[in-house]
Amino acid sequence: MTDSNFPERMYKEHILELYKSPENFGILENATHKHTETNASCGDEFTMQFIIEDGKIKDVKFYGSGCVMSTVSASLLTSKIKGMEMEEAKNLSRDDVLDLLKIKVNPGRIKCVLLPLYAVKNAITHTHRETLKI
Amino acid sequence: MIINNDVAKKLKKDFPIFKNNPKLIYLDNGATTQKPNRVINTIKEFYEKYNANVARGFYKQSQIAMEQYQNARRIVAKFINAEAEEIIFTHNATDSINSVAYAIESIIPEGRDEIVLTEMEHHSNLIPWQQLAFRSGFKLKFIKIKDDFTLDLQDAQEKITKKTAIVSLTHVSNSLGTINPVEEIVKIAKSLGVLTLIDATQSVPHMKVDVGKIGSDFLVFSGHKMLGPTGVGVLYGKRELLEKMQPFNFGGGMIKSVSKESSEFADLPEKFEAGTPNIAGAVALAEAITYIDKIGVDNIHRWESELMKYLIESLKKVGDIVLYNVGLKNTSGILSFNIKGIHAHDVASILDSYDVAVRAGHHCCMPLMKRLGIPGTVRASFYFYNTYEDIDKFVEAVKKTKEKFGR
Repeated sequence: MTDSNFPERMYKEHILELYKSPENFGILENATHKHTETNASCGDEFTMQFIIEDGKIKDVKFYGSGCVMSTVSASLLTSKIKGMEMEEAKNLSRDDVLDLLKIKVNPGRIKCVLLPLYAVKNAITHTHRETLKI
Repeated sequence: MIINNDVAKKLKKDFPIFKNNPKLIYLDNGATTQKPNRVINTIKEFYEKYNANVARGFYKQSQIAMEQYQNARRIVAKFINAEAEEIIFTHNATDSINSVAYAIESIIPEGRDEIVLTEMEHHSNLIPWQQLAFRSGFKLKFIKIKDDFTLDLQDAQEKITKKTAIVSLTHVSNSLGTINPVEEIVKIAKSLGVLTLIDATQSVPHMKVDVGKIGSDFLVFSGHKMLGPTGVGVLYGKRELLEKMQPFNFGGGMIKSVSKESSEFADLPEKFEAGTPNIAGAVALAEAITYIDKIGVDNIHRWESELMKYLIESLKKVGDIVLYNVGLKNTSGILSFNIKGIHAHDVASILDSYDVAVRAGHHCCMPLMKRLGIPGTVRASFYFYNTYEDIDKFVEAVKKTKEKFGR
């Protein structure tokens, strides 16, 4: 049995590296917007925290736990939206996020990748019942 | 013939899926088992040689179909020490439980409005009762599980009272593999006049289940988890109760006579089998049982225990593994575990790349996972065709996963 057995398609080196040390991970002091998104069926849970000033995302961090796919997606997404106009972030699509990973995601794992996007959207649009402005 | 590794390898040859997928390490038998040639051939033969509807066919093929269907019922009954009239063919265990949850309302005495379940039930033995509770204003109670993954019998004694209508619990936990002391719990329930249902889905294929010994009023299981086809399951009920209960499905096949205004229902077991049944499915299930019986369920249980001992020892050597296991004595061939710091879904994805089939997630037991404080587990589950080599390959893949993902 060799490492060539590994499902390289999904678990590529850059993905595993980010999973092991994700960017923008931790508590954000003085957050203006915050939202926790959960996937009950697999137990993934991420909280997105934002400092938004003048309609612009000045800073963003996340904490929580999940599988490789959701963690890496949260890391890449937070990096992408840091400094972005809030309106632009609101309009991010499913494909925008899937493209960030630069891998082909198995259909069964797409919901893992999209969890952080839902967390971002719910945090900045206040549409979700659990959304909390602090 | 006592099963050892060589015998298991030989038995595996009876299953064409392994010929078509020579690399497959199948450890998801708790979800469904593979099918041996003789079961597949039985279905083929039925449709090719005898296919006809049962009952009121006055031609040869229909009579053969009827005889085979009735014979299947006798084989199932004998396997669990019941009478043929006490065996109702359903779609699966879930269907069986739903049927009881509907029909039971007609026999619950006044003043009994509580349903007692356990914290380790599969959703199939929870949601039908939740719905009964919503319909009839009943209250649900749950027997706790202890930190060693066994049921808290003292809690059972406190929760089962003269207000309890029914106690419904699993014989073997599909997530933890724990074998529950169902005889003891049935005894407690009986002493208080409480009805009992045993979900034997994970026990009937793997160990001796005797309805006389367990003493429960109802017992259910699925055909496809014991080498049979999907779409056929069993509801056992005590004759006197089934006779008292109102049917829950209505239509052809379950009547004696019908007028425009009303109908007289058939005797057992037809009373509970409205519409054309899964005839070929039942006949194939009986063939599966005949094959299992030839190998012997005690033999199967003993071999699965040996495999489990080997698996637990091998996994412990890997390190950083959390086992959710009660200990060998009370375990069936099911093992739940996690690799520390790695999500169960990631583990299962990697194992699949090594052709190892396991299940990962909440195993249809979300309340149990909440009780354990985890989102899910990786679950390996055996049947008698699994070998030491299967376990070696599985453990090797677990090691690789740990190396690659560890952080």
